[in-house]
Amino acid sequence: MKIMSDLLSQLIEKGVLQKGIWETVYLTFVSAFFSYIIGLPIGILLHVTGSDGIKPIPWLNKVLGFIVNIFRSIPFVILMVAMLPVAKFVVGTSLGNKAMIVTLIIAAAPYVARMVESSIKEVDKGVIEAAQSMGTSNFKIIWKVLIPESKPSLIVGAVISLVTILGYSAMAGTIGGGGLGTIAINYGYQRFNNDIIWVCVVLTIIIVQLIQELGMMLAHKTDKRINK
Amino acid sequence: MFYNGVQRMIELKNISKTYGKGEKAITAIKEVNITINDGEIFGIIGLSGAGKSTLVRCINFLERPTTGDVIIDGKNLGQLSTKELLEARRNIGMIFQGFNLLEQRTVLKNVCFPLEIAGVKKADAEKRARELLQLVSLAEKEKSYPSQLSGGQKQRVAIARALAANPKYLLCDEATSALDPDTTRSILELMKKINKELGITIVVITHEMSIIDSICDRVAVLDKSVVAEMGDVKTVFANPQSDIAKKLVLPEVKAAAEITEGKKVRIVFNGESSGKPVLAAIILECGAAVNILHADTKDIDGKAYGQLIIQIPFESYDRVKAYLDANSIEYSELN
Repeated sequence: MKIMSDLLSQLIEKGVLQKGIWETVYLTFVSAFFSYIIGLPIGILLHVTGSDGIKPIPWLNKVLGFIVNIFRSIPFVILMVAMLPVAKFVVGTSLGNKAMIVTLIIAAAPYVARMVESSIKEVDKGVIEAAQSMGTSNFKIIWKVLIPESKPSLIVGAVISLVTILGYSAMAGTIGGGGLGTIAINYGYQRFNNDIIWVCVVLTIIIVQLIQELGMMLAHKTDKRINK
Repeated sequence: MFYNGVQRMIELKNISKTYGKGEKAITAIKEVNITINDGEIFGIIGLSGAGKSTLVRCINFLERPTTGDVIIDGKNLGQLSTKELLEARRNIGMIFQGFNLLEQRTVLKNVCFPLEIAGVKKADAEKRARELLQLVSLAEKEKSYPSQLSGGQKQRVAIARALAANPKYLLCDEATSALDPDTTRSILELMKKINKELGITIVVITHEMSIIDSICDRVAVLDKSVVAEMGDVKTVFANPQSDIAKKLVLPEVKAAAEITEGKKVRIVFNGESSGKPVLAAIILECGAAVNILHADTKDIDGKAYGQLIIQIPFESYDRVKAYLDANSIEYSELN
């Protein structure tokens, strides 16, 4: 009895599976990176302009919150298809990994913004007040108090965001992108090779575990509130 | 004192602070007028909800008064631009009940913070921070993080941080309320030292009369958003006029009300030598069978602060009275 189907051994021999792992990791991290470039400032703004922020601007807060909510309420598959024209505009194609990264960023940035907002909310109001009493400008409060003080929580948020983005990236196959999700659908599901599906599932679990464990270790290590 | 032709002081002129509008409006402070002089330790006391926290935040404009003026060293804070206000705040340090240290920074970096904000070079900032840690006797803790310190140590770091940018004023918002009595005493001694040695004017907010009595020169008693009474601590403590001041100063001696035999006398200690055995002298020299109803005294720098309520039998009362008068010990009869 063979342990692997022929197709699975072929996929490994030709390096398709290895490439899939790389593509999943690459899609996830590149998208997460750009999602943070967009989501981090939006998250900070959401908190800062909120009613208990350091610079309440009700209209801006409402508008930002509304936009973020709209993007967060659309299921990813639909958002992905709807954003293909945007992808074409940005990277010149609506197919493949590049287009996938654009749609992933559009879907993940609002998610990241909410994660950042909730992390920054945890910073003790008294600490912010102390900084204000020392004549700290709002910009420096963000840069020297809000971000450094919430760093461990921001890292935990990043871990959660990465895992969510990794989940989204499984749908890349729909628009001709790669990764483990695509392999599981194309070679596993559509050609009735259950072992390929399971190999992809296990590999995904391993990647998620690695991100989770390493991320939490980093968060714990940076947190100076814990007595060591 | 005058500096560059301007008299250094904090003037609160007719300030009021109201939250909300219309019927839902809540008045936190109302038409408060206080002048705090250069070099003094000024106390603001009141029960919770009296408006004292709002009042102290009006001094550095963390809360903008709804009406009235805050004038510091001749500068009206309400007329400053944002940038000027931030600079003015660097002249007014502040410490808090909850210490409010940056948890992710070391002790040294916490003390450096206001210097960083002011644009001081790193090496200079660290040198200054180390001097201040020396002043608050925490030099060996510079590499620790706040979570590794006790409450008293945290407040010492907060004091060092508040003093880093060389302020002329220090605001203390219930700074000892979260500390145990021993630690409270050491923090109060430190505050007194800062006032004396560095000449920093200190504003103390508290709900405990014993703190005002221990370190303050003058006091304002706040009740329901207004100043009910203001004056020298000695005067207010010995002879409170307003109901709220009486309530804060005089301890409740309910149990004593049932004891009717004898006169009740309140003896006030206002910085006399703590080495003087007043009570023993009354007993021995006057032959009076004294009964202690209440005692709350503190020894700060070898001086006694606080009060003692004793009950003296009628037959020996005249002798005790004569003794107290002869030794000019402050006292009053209670009924």
